[in-house]
Amino acid sequence: MARPVQYNITNKPIEAPIALDKGPEGFTGEGFFATKLSDVVGLARKNSIWPLPFATSCCGIEFMALMASHYDLARFGSERVSFSPRQCDLLMVMGTIAKKMAPIVKQVYLQMAEPRWVLAMGACASSGGIFDSYAVLQGIDQVIPVDVYVPGCPPRPEAVLDGFMKVQDLVGKESLRRRNSERYKELMNSYGIQ
Amino acid sequence: MSLSNETIRQCLTEKFGEDIYDWGEPYGMLTFTSHKDLNLKILQFLFDDSALQFRFLTDLCAVHYPERKGEELAVVYHLHNLIENIRIRFKVFTPIEKADVFSTTALYASANWMERETYDFYGINFIGHPNLVRILNADEMDYFPMRKEYPLEEQTRIDKDDEMFGRD
Repeated sequence: MARPVQYNITNKPIEAPIALDKGPEGFTGEGFFATKLSDVVGLARKNSIWPLPFATSCCGIEFMALMASHYDLARFGSERVSFSPRQCDLLMVMGTIAKKMAPIVKQVYLQMAEPRWVLAMGACASSGGIFDSYAVLQGIDQVIPVDVYVPGCPPRPEAVLDGFMKVQDLVGKESLRRRNSERYKELMNSYGIQ
Repeated sequence: MSLSNETIRQCLTEKFGEDIYDWGEPYGMLTFTSHKDLNLKILQFLFDDSALQFRFLTDLCAVHYPERKGEELAVVYHLHNLIENIRIRFKVFTPIEKADVFSTTALYASANWMERETYDFYGINFIGHPNLVRILNADEMDYFPMRKEYPLEEQTRIDKDDEMFGRD
């Protein structure tokens, strides 16, 4: 059975031998192109997401495959995997997070600069997975807000790519004012983050 | 000279007599029990005696037997004689209300880590341990999770369907 991920359930016909992604909407004429600032910023951001891998177990191994030449996350503008939270845009939490590890995940998230996104990869990061145990955090959304959840135990690299494209989608369409909004502040406050 | 289970048993009976009981040999490993106040004396004897020389503490852990009233918690020592390559198992029992057992850190340095772990999971108070605080679990945990009165599963979840986990 085909796995239900974006690339096999939505059929995208190839229009030309080299298919180009459509740019943002705007006015074009000879020698100029005018569009909204937010679209340009979104375009720039979504194609240069620097991931911070927070890999604690087997999902991390799948992530290594994802970064390597075969699946090649670099195609999506994420060549630069950074291990410094200050330089990163996307926190990828991969693997079981024990309760003792929870404050560290939160600290790493706090050290990242806005705008920042979070991807929870695999059953354990999303919900605790099979570890319904006193020692394991039942999903990282108990300590930090999560943008995209990738199901699987562990997910295949294609599934993570699918999740990554969902993040790109979110990043590209995000309003420039979202992070100053009351609603966003409320969300942060619900996690005890100022 | 080769050390056998019989010789070890003989040596111990000569020295401690009736204080060591419940002798057994599951899977060929000599196992015995004693009073918890005697644990240091017996371990010291096993360590020092020129014939026995059990100088390596392989493992130290606890077991919770809720049905054994008055001696719910067992502390189990696994000892190894590295010269003769022979292993023994030594148990002491303690009531759960006052789970005080003497620490063997002075005798075996490796007991330091293992006693902290045993304290962490079973709440056994090792008297004389230099730093008896939690080691594996989160510091703010307020119970001893491997005791059988506590459920293994995370209790804060409400969205996990018990049926899906084979529970009712």
